[in-house]
Order: sequence, then C-alpha cells, then structure tokens
Amino acid sequence: MDALMLDGNAVAGLLQEVFTVEMTTAIGTCGGCGATDAVGAVHVYRGAGFVLRCPHCDTALMKVVAAEGRVWMDCSGLRTLEVSV
Amino acid sequence: MPPIISRGFKGRRRDDAPPDRVPPGQYVTNDFPVLSAGPTPHTPLDQWDFAIVGEVDELHRWTWEELRALPSESVTVDIHCVTKWSKLDTAWEGVSIDTLLDGIETSAEYAVAFCDGGYTTNLPLEDLTGGKAWVSFGYGGEPLEPEHGGPARLLVPHLYFWKSAKWVRGLRLTTADEPGFWEQNGYHLYGDPWREQRYWGD
Repeated sequence: MDALMLDGNAVAGLLQEVFTVEMTTAIGTCGGCGATDAVGAVHVYRGAGFVLRCPHCDTALMKVVAAEGRVWMDCSGLRTLEVSV
Repeated sequence: MPPIISRGFKGRRRDDAPPDRVPPGQYVTNDFPVLSAGPTPHTPLDQWDFAIVGEVDELHRWTWEELRALPSESVTVDIHCVTKWSKLDTAWEGVSIDTLLDGIETSAEYAVAFCDGGYTTNLPLEDLTGGKAWVSFGYGGEPLEPEHGGPARLLVPHLYFWKSAKWVRGLRLTTADEPGFWEQNGYHLYGDPWREQRYWGD
C-alpha cells in the first residue's frame, strides 16, 4: 500500500456537497477493468486535486478539483455510478 | 529554560518573507510537502528511459546511463505549489531541456510531459527552453526520492509545481496546446504563479 493513499471517505463531504446524498455507499464501475466498488472503498490520492482510483487496476475513476465556489469533476474513468436516492 | 512546548513552524506569511520571491497568495514553508495523483511507481533504472516524441524528425531516446552521461547543472530555485506553499532556495541537479533538445528539429510550439503512472502536463516549448527547465534527478545533494518524483522529475520552477511532473519519462512535442491531467479538470492551462493562474478563467 502506498503511504500517501487515502480511501473514498476522504472525499465523502465534498461528494455529498455536489450530489446532495451520501456518496460513500454509491457503487462505481471501473471503466478500465469493470470491477465494482463502493465509493468509500476506492483509493484516493491528493495531488493538486483529488484522484479516485480503482483499487484493482489503478485506473483514475474520477478527478475532483474544488476551488473557491467551484468544483470540477472528471468522471471519464467511471463506467457507471449507482446512487441510492 | 526554553519552553517545553514549541508551536512549531507553521509557514510564514508573505509579509515575513522576501516579497519579491513569494507570489501572491503563497505561504513559505521549510517542509517539502508530498502531493501525488497516484501510487508511487518504482521503475527499475535498467528499464527507465527518457524519450522525445511527437513532432520530431525521429524518436530521440536516452537510457538512464545515457542521460546521466550528459552535462548536468546544479540549480537553486524557489518553487511554488498551487496548493499555496512555496519553498525557497531548493537545490537541484539535472540535465537542461536545452541539452536534450539540442540538434532536434521540430515545428512544435508546445509539449506534453508524460510520466510513469499516466500523469501528463502541458507546457509551451519556450517555457522548457532558454535555461528554464530541467530533467532533475538530484535534490539537496542526494538522489531524488521516489516520493518527490525520483528517479527523475521535470523541474520548471517559474510555473506552478504541478507542471514539474514527477516520474517523467518524456516529452511529446505538439503543434497545439493539449491540456494535461489537471489542466483538463479545472487547473489553468499555463499556471504562472506571479499572475495567480490557478484555475480555469484566472
């Protein structure tokens, strides 16, 4: 395990702000290897922004950048996101 | 008797630091924070190379030994991370990009640095030349630690430090400015700390 690695709970608050529902139990499907995992269980790295990575193949599932009053989300590595509403 | 509890170093505000060396919105730190967009790669040196590809006459490639045999430079520069820390007088050793591009013909005006782990960042070629950028493999007199981008990282100190790509493996020269890993998702295409070009629209 990488010493710098966090898990999806590190971005729980930020994602809830955007989606307005609890997101750590949402299920994501990796666009790289097809594995499904709860958002809370994916790997998270903190660079200039947050990077959520597949715990099986390291594909970047989401990039999340939060600035003053704006959030950018690149979900191009995520095939599907199943959210309970 | 000195105080037992130290408040520790929390970073100096700009008015305590040399004002001409700390860009707006930045705080000086003595630490070297580690930020990373992914797991730290550990590419063995015998499998490492540095390549210049894209808008070039032919592929140019250096093995680790070949890169280390090139003339290297020691530079002491200030670095500025977009997450608001700046670190003054950092001492690096590396090969100038001018040295690598010497004799290479290209019509490109831009470059995309590419890295182990898939990270990319885009820069105008003129920001990589003229003694402004290096492929760096030494820091503080020691080999560059993997967590800071070793065996080698790009060093472009006049731009925000996300442009100084860790674990760099090459440059792809391009005719258009192609946004990299962070530039595609909110971060500024150019990233001049003195103009506070942090995000899209800055």
